[in-house]
Order: sequence, then structure tokens, then C-alpha cells
Amino acid sequence: MNKLLLIAGGSTLVYGGIAILMGVLPGITLSQTPAGPGVKPLTAIEAEGRAVYVANGCSYCHTQQVRPLSQDKVFGRPSAPGDFAYQTPELLGSERTGPDLTNVGARQPSPVWQYIHLYNPRAVVPASIMPSFSWMFDVVDKAPAGVTPVPLPKAYAPAHGVVVPKREAQALLAYLLSLKQAPLPTAQAAAAPSGQPMAATGKPAHAPAVAAAPAGSAYDAAKGEQLFSANCSACHQATGEGVPEAFPPLKGNAAVNDADPTQHIRTVLYGLENVVVGGVKYESPMPEFGSMLSDDDIANIIDYERSSWGNHGKPVTAQQVAAERAKGK
Amino acid sequence: MHVSGGIHGDALPPAQPAEVKKTGPAMEMATAHPSSAARRDDQALARVFSAYTICSVAWLLFATFIGIVLAYKFGAPDFGSGAWLTFGRLRPIHTNATFYGWASIALVGLAYYIAVRSCRTTLYSTRLAWVGLWLFNLAAIAGTIALDLGYSAGDLEYREWPWPIRLIFLAALGVTAWNLVATVARRTTDDIYLSNWYTMGGVLWTCIIAIVAILPWYQYGLGQVSVSGFYMHNAVGMWFTPLALGMFYYALPKLLNRPIYSYALGVFAFWTNLVFYPIIGAHHFLFSPLPWWLQTTAIVFSVAMLVPVLGGSANFLLTMRGRFGELRHSYPLAFILVGVIGYLVGSTQGTVEAFRSLQAVWHLTNFTVGHSHLTMYGFVTFAIWGGVYALLPAATDKYPGQIGLALHFWPALVGSFIYVISLSIGGTIQGLDWVRELPFIQSVVDMQPFYVWRGVGGSLMFLSHFAFAWNVWRMTFGHSARPMALVAAAEEAA
Repeated sequence: MNKLLLIAGGSTLVYGGIAILMGVLPGITLSQTPAGPGVKPLTAIEAEGRAVYVANGCSYCHTQQVRPLSQDKVFGRPSAPGDFAYQTPELLGSERTGPDLTNVGARQPSPVWQYIHLYNPRAVVPASIMPSFSWMFDVVDKAPAGVTPVPLPKAYAPAHGVVVPKREAQALLAYLLSLKQAPLPTAQAAAAPSGQPMAATGKPAHAPAVAAAPAGSAYDAAKGEQLFSANCSACHQATGEGVPEAFPPLKGNAAVNDADPTQHIRTVLYGLENVVVGGVKYESPMPEFGSMLSDDDIANIIDYERSSWGNHGKPVTAQQVAAERAKGK
Repeated sequence: MHVSGGIHGDALPPAQPAEVKKTGPAMEMATAHPSSAARRDDQALARVFSAYTICSVAWLLFATFIGIVLAYKFGAPDFGSGAWLTFGRLRPIHTNATFYGWASIALVGLAYYIAVRSCRTTLYSTRLAWVGLWLFNLAAIAGTIALDLGYSAGDLEYREWPWPIRLIFLAALGVTAWNLVATVARRTTDDIYLSNWYTMGGVLWTCIIAIVAILPWYQYGLGQVSVSGFYMHNAVGMWFTPLALGMFYYALPKLLNRPIYSYALGVFAFWTNLVFYPIIGAHHFLFSPLPWWLQTTAIVFSVAMLVPVLGGSANFLLTMRGRFGELRHSYPLAFILVGVIGYLVGSTQGTVEAFRSLQAVWHLTNFTVGHSHLTMYGFVTFAIWGGVYALLPAATDKYPGQIGLALHFWPALVGSFIYVISLSIGGTIQGLDWVRELPFIQSVVDMQPFYVWRGVGGSLMFLSHFAFAWNVWRMTFGHSARPMALVAAAEEAA
């Protein structure tokens, strides 16, 4: 009996002690992490959307943690402890089969895009392998008053009727659009969150707003195409033709071909909403890229757009972008 | 130090081939019980062991079928659309059915058999064993249905089930712990054989893990992240690992008819595993906002894990020294050898992955999925198969055929190689795509061929499970086949 007590009882006691030390105590301490500046609880419908996100296992493919590594800076600033104060259950995730969603409300603020993408991701991102969530939508003959049907590209739309979001999709949209990182106070943004060293690779993740771009580097076509693919093609498509009634084409677009690039530059820098292109009104908001990309990157994107799909706009330089940035919104 | 047996070696059946050969199980029991009672106890134990194994086979087939559907969806994302078949609901069904249905139930069945035989006693309570089996199955069925209906406690690895269902699992664990400890308490041997240290420990510790995971008071926001790190790692490594290792310590000496190389090394690995393993959970959240010291501690102890892992693996491999030729005749031994190598390679890979420099590339990629299959399949699942093939025939006196064993072993082995290698290469490419800061969609496109290979490997693995089911049928309901030479020897020694 004594041997049994020593082996089973002793090891269980040791294990219980370690479980308290490594599981429970850090849990107690960290559960009290105060909310960071600007981090707010979710509204009722956003919380409902979060439950839809959990029920359908979105976190098995999408993380919500931006690491202090340079490859993660496309997803936002590094996550800080205060970001998670209202996040229970936690949704940090362990797989990034799809992109991180920590800041998706800022990166992709267009409800129209989100709805099309949820209905069938391949309608806007042809190479996507995300499941279709069409069961969160109704197909009706005519949209009820006050509800805008989802403007699906023809190939993906049902043969008859129009597509309108159900409550689940509306809630999920509200949650996705609520995913915006609160900016860190500047002093803290310069250092890493909670005093963590930046990155093991020794390559610091630079803060998003890179104002001091090296002046005068020439247009790099490969870089431009890559940046366009990463930042623009989800809406404007790789063909530059956009999605009819949802996202305007850049191919043959007046602003893109205008000899005066001011409007083109300012659109990329500061975003746009309710714009009329070629006589069609597009309600969907375009995000502002000024805070995410450097002047150099923006110049590369603009030059790529101005020289692709038969466009022949005059190229711009990073200095011109910097000048527009200096003027402010 | 080539003399084995170690400090406790004198007490136990696997450690005493010479003596065991002289006295078979029937004779041994006959001294303690009237022979009809002994036969009744043997039959009751065989029924319990068989029932646990049969249930686990059903769960394995179900879980891996879901796995195949999931693998297919990576190439055909519009296949099986609709809420009940959506990827995000099936994914936790696959992992939880594997975890709670297949591996848990199969290992508990093995643990009961090993406890009774190595302690030269009878099961404390057959009834409790059946109650436990019902509870394990009830929890897994209820959990599967809940997840498919969208009732998830959060996308928290292995604890997605709503808490009332996890309480059912905890009850099953409690019943199992009670029954196992009480069985060991009524042993007729003086010492407690090492296998039982691992199996009793595994069940008792997992009760603690399950409770820590359920209680909500310290699980808000970042606090829950730290508990997730602790839980998801411990739930695998303090549950399946000790039960599978306990099985190795029993089945390997049985199959080879020679004692474990070093009993003392086994004891040493037991205590070091107990102290080092629970500390390393936070390595699942490197570069996260968890405190840096917690992450660093996890990395340090991930390296320390090499001590029990290398010690344990060396012990098993040295027990097999000079006898590898017998692999030609003995599939049970081959399954166990793969399990031991899976343990060694999978655990060492885990240590390497925990370094920050490598985690910066591999974290969040499919490399992790390859790693989890290397350990859960290459180690735990192969270990269970080896244990079942080594011990179930000894309990039921019915044997699978060589062809059935071959049809199980080779597709499972080749399939898991394809699976793990393709995802390891693909995951590395995926991680490097990110490091090179290519557009994210590039990493999705680059993974496509590797997802196809994963499906090929997965299909072979899935098909092999039908051969396993057939073999289990023959070992339980079928007629006795001609026993294989090596199992016969082991049987005699039992």
C-alpha cells in the first residue's frame, strides 16, 4: 500500500503542484490584464457575430495574433496584452491556412466585399480555399425594403432571385468589421509590447507608418505586381476589371489614366467612399493605405496600375506620394 | 551495464522470463483461485479488453473518415457545403473523436489488461470498467453532436466540447482511475511494475488537467490563452504519452520474452517526464503577448524533455538489441518499433520546433499539422496497434492472420510517411513564403500540391484501418487462427 501511495499519490501531488504553478496561477494573473487604451467591449450584435465565428470554427484557419515579426506586419501592429481583455473564449488560433484577422475590419472595411467573400470566397479571390458560407444567406425573388442584395458576380450568383444576408451573416459581418486594432500610444509603439524583444530573426517589425521612405528609388514592376496582389486585387481583381456593381475597374479608369496623378495618389493614401466611376456608383468604402504602406510601396502600386491592362497613365514617384501625404487628408 | 532488471526487476513477470516459462497463467492462477473462478475472471477481463478495443476501432474509422473529408476539402472547398459539413465544425470533430474516442478508449482497455496481468490479480470491478466505457462513449458521441450543431465552448484545442460533456469525460476518467488504482492495490506481487506507474499516473494526472481546463475563474482573455497552452500540451503528453509508454514497458518484454533493458532508467524517465513536461505548454504561443518569461521557460524545458525522451527510447531500443531479426516474423513487434521511433522522432522534433528561430518560420504553418500526426499517429496510434496485437490475442486466444496484419501495417506506415513528409515540406515552404513577405495567397497556392499528397497519404492510412478492424474482429469474434510463432511464445509467457 505504501508503494502505491508513493507512486500514484506522490506523482499526482507533484503534478497537481505544477498544474497550479504553470496553469492556474498564470491564468489568475493574466486574467486581470487591463484593457489597453482604446480597446472596447463588443456590442450586442458584434458579440453575436463572434459566437457565429466560434460555432463555425473560423479560428482553425484564421489566427488573431500578430507576432512581433516582420512577416506579420501586413496584419497590423504586434498584438499587445491589453488587446485581449474582452476576448473570451480566446481566438488566437494555431493555424494560418488563411490570413490573420486581428485587424481585418481596418484592412477590409467593405461590407459588400465581406458579404461576397462569405457567400463564395472564390467570387473575389479565385485561388481561395475557404469554404463557402452561402447557407448564411437567403435567396429571395426580391430584396425586402431597406435591404441591399449582395452584388454577386454573374458566375457565382444563383440563377434566379437575389441574395440577401441572414441574421447570422449580418452578425458575423458586424464582428469582422469590429476587428480593428486600437492604435498604441506612440511611445509604446516604438518599443515592443510589454517590453518583449522584437524578433528572434533580429529583423525588427517596423511600425506601419513608414514616413521616411528612401527617396527616389525607381519603379520596380515585380514589386508593384506583388504589392497589388497583396493589397488591391481582392476587390479590383488581378485583371483590373473589378467586380461589376461592387468594386470599380482600374482598367480604363479615368483617374488612373489622368496625366495629373493627384486623385490617384490621394485615393490610395486616404481611401474613398461613394465614388462614381464610368457612370456607376460604388458605395463600398475603400480602406486607406497611407498608414499601412510606405511612399515607395504606394508609388510602386500606382505605377503598376498605371502601366497594366492597357492603361497608360504617367508614372509617379515616391516624392509625389510624400508630397500628398504631407498635405494631409 | 548490460544486466537488466534493475532495482525492481526481481518482482515481475516480464522481468523473469525463465520463471515465467515454467509457470503458465492458468497454473499460476490455479494456486490462488479455484480454476473455474479463474477462468471466469479471465473471460470477464477478455470481454472488457475486447469491448474497449472494438469501440476504439469504431471511433478510429469515424475520426479518420472525417479526416479524409477534411483533406478533400482543401482541394475542393465547395464540396459538402452547408452548416453541418462546414470545415470549421468537422475539424474539431476529427481531432476530438481521435482524442477522446480512439486513443483514450483503446489505451484504457490496454491499461486494464496490463494492470491485471502484471499485478497477477483480477480486475477490481468489471462493472466499473463497463460504466467507464459507457461514459467515454457517451461523452464522445454527445461531443460530436454538439460540435456539429455549432455548440462549441470556443475553438480551444481538445476542449471545444461544452463543459457538461467534458464533465462526462471527467467522470469516465474518475471511474477508470479508481478501478485501476484499486486493481493495483490488490496485487499479489510485492512491487508495482513500472507499466502501472505510467498508466495510473496518466489517468490520475489527466483528472487534474480536465479539472483545470473546466473551471472558468482564471480563464478570461489572456489568462485563458495561458491555460490553453498548458492544457493542449498536457492533455496529449500527460495522457497518451504515459499510457503508451506504460504499454511499451509491458508489451515489449512480453513479445521478446526478455526483461526491459534498464528498469532504473524507466523509473528515471518517469519522474523527469513528470516534472519537465507540464512546464512546456506555452511553447504553443511563442511570439504571442503571453509573458516572455513564460515562453522562455517553456523553451528551456522543451530542451530538458530530451532527457526522458532519449532515456525512454534508448531503453526500448536496447531491450530489442540483437533481436531486430524477429521483426520479419512479428508484426506486433514491428508496430511497437514504429511507435518507439515515432516517440523518439516526434518528441525530438517537438524540442527543435520550440526554438524561437525555427518557430518564427514553422509556427502557424502546416508543419505543425505534420508534427501532430507524427506524434498522434506515428507514436500513439502505432503504439496502440502494437499493444493490441501483442496482448489481445493473449486475452482472447484468437489470432489475426499474417495477411491481415500486413494489409494493416504497410499502408499505415507508407501513408503516414507520405502524410508527414508532405506537410513538413509544404509547411516549410508556406513559412518561407511569409518570411519573404509574398502576398498571402501565394502561400495558399504553394500548399496545393502538398495538400494533394497529404490526401494520398491520408487515404492509405484510412484504408489500413479497415484491415485493423478486420483483425480486431478476428481477435474477438472470429475463430482462432493458427497463432504466429512469436505471439505464441508471448502467449505462453503470459
